[in-house]
Amino acid sequence: MGSEPDMEASVETVWMLAVRDRRCRESFGALFDHFAPRLKGFIMRSGTTADQAEEIVQDVMLTVWRKASHFDPHRAQVSAWIYQIARNRHIDIKRKERRPVPEALKEEPNTEPDAGQILALEQETRVLKLAISRLGEDQRDLIEKAYLGELSHAEIQQQTGLPLGTVKSRIRLGLERLRHELRGLR
Amino acid sequence: MDWNGCGTNCGVCAKMTSIQHHIPDHLLLAYASGNLSHPLAAVVATHVSMCLECRAALEAHQMIGGELIEASPDVELSRDLKSSVLDLLDLPEAPVPEYSRSGIYPGPVMEALKGRQPSWKKLGAGVRQCILSHGAEGSVRLLQIPPGMAVPDHGHSGLELTLVLQGSFSDETGHFGVGDIEIADDDVEHTPIADPGAACICLAATEAPLRFNAFLPRLLQPIFRI
Repeated sequence: MGSEPDMEASVETVWMLAVRDRRCRESFGALFDHFAPRLKGFIMRSGTTADQAEEIVQDVMLTVWRKASHFDPHRAQVSAWIYQIARNRHIDIKRKERRPVPEALKEEPNTEPDAGQILALEQETRVLKLAISRLGEDQRDLIEKAYLGELSHAEIQQQTGLPLGTVKSRIRLGLERLRHELRGLR
Repeated sequence: MDWNGCGTNCGVCAKMTSIQHHIPDHLLLAYASGNLSHPLAAVVATHVSMCLECRAALEAHQMIGGELIEASPDVELSRDLKSSVLDLLDLPEAPVPEYSRSGIYPGPVMEALKGRQPSWKKLGAGVRQCILSHGAEGSVRLLQIPPGMAVPDHGHSGLELTLVLQGSFSDETGHFGVGDIEIADDDVEHTPIADPGAACICLAATEAPLRFNAFLPRLLQPIFRI
């Protein structure tokens, strides 16, 4: 295929595309080594036991393999995609029912990757990474709690310490990506 | 957000740009993180299926969630976890049905309907409903309201979300067309009335359990002044 965008994409994205397009087990192994220990750490922050966390990690990584065709490098980093899968899985287990999810906007098969879009997403991610690393400890705790599903919508609304402004600036870029995506679908 | 569609006059964009009432950020984050009750989550997932702007906002939240995973400290895994996952890769998976839009009903509604068309129950005065789920967390239902009739009050404690799928309604706070979502809580006293034209069909969710006695009286009062 040789369809991976060159150098610019993160190594995780390159691995994920190899899994998606070539069912490459080696790349899957690399993704596992990178994400599984972090994901376990993230899930355990919410007081989940190590055993339960590993169960979720196992399900999430299997989903990464099985649903690889849903991965769209123009719209999501691998980490964002994994976050979404992990939250869905966590909720399914906790509530014992499938959580309602939006209809998928699937990328057309054989769409040529748009290196510009992927690069823009990488750059955006770097800015976000920096912003997160600069959060004070209290803010960091709060934002982790929120994204781990420990704050109700009412609590989130009351929290003034959540740096949600960072989200606002990303929405425009997100819209650009979706607009691009829809054009591809027509 | 002044997004003007993809510039090529495609029907999808035309539909999407007309949405005026969106999901507030605290509900989107609660949804992204999985801390929204099932009925509210169903309405959020349906709105996101119809609204590019909220999809972009949701994806932005997921991006932050992803970065929090990246920034999490590694925790050692059980020795055999990786090999057991690798062993499972070739196992055939149980197929999970995927539902897509059918007519005016986006995928998440079709999923709640298990792929069938809604079976409407008469509530009187031309109003019909189809309950999709109800339980301790609240309820979610489809409502069909003839022009000029009041949208029934679906339980009056806790948060109420009403998403328009066909037609439109108006109340003191504004006009709600296809894709628009109205968010009401205890302290909002409002009387939405279906606009002239096609019957208004809404997906409505409430966090509180069903309370039929609060629900019926207003229904039986058709309101003719439009």
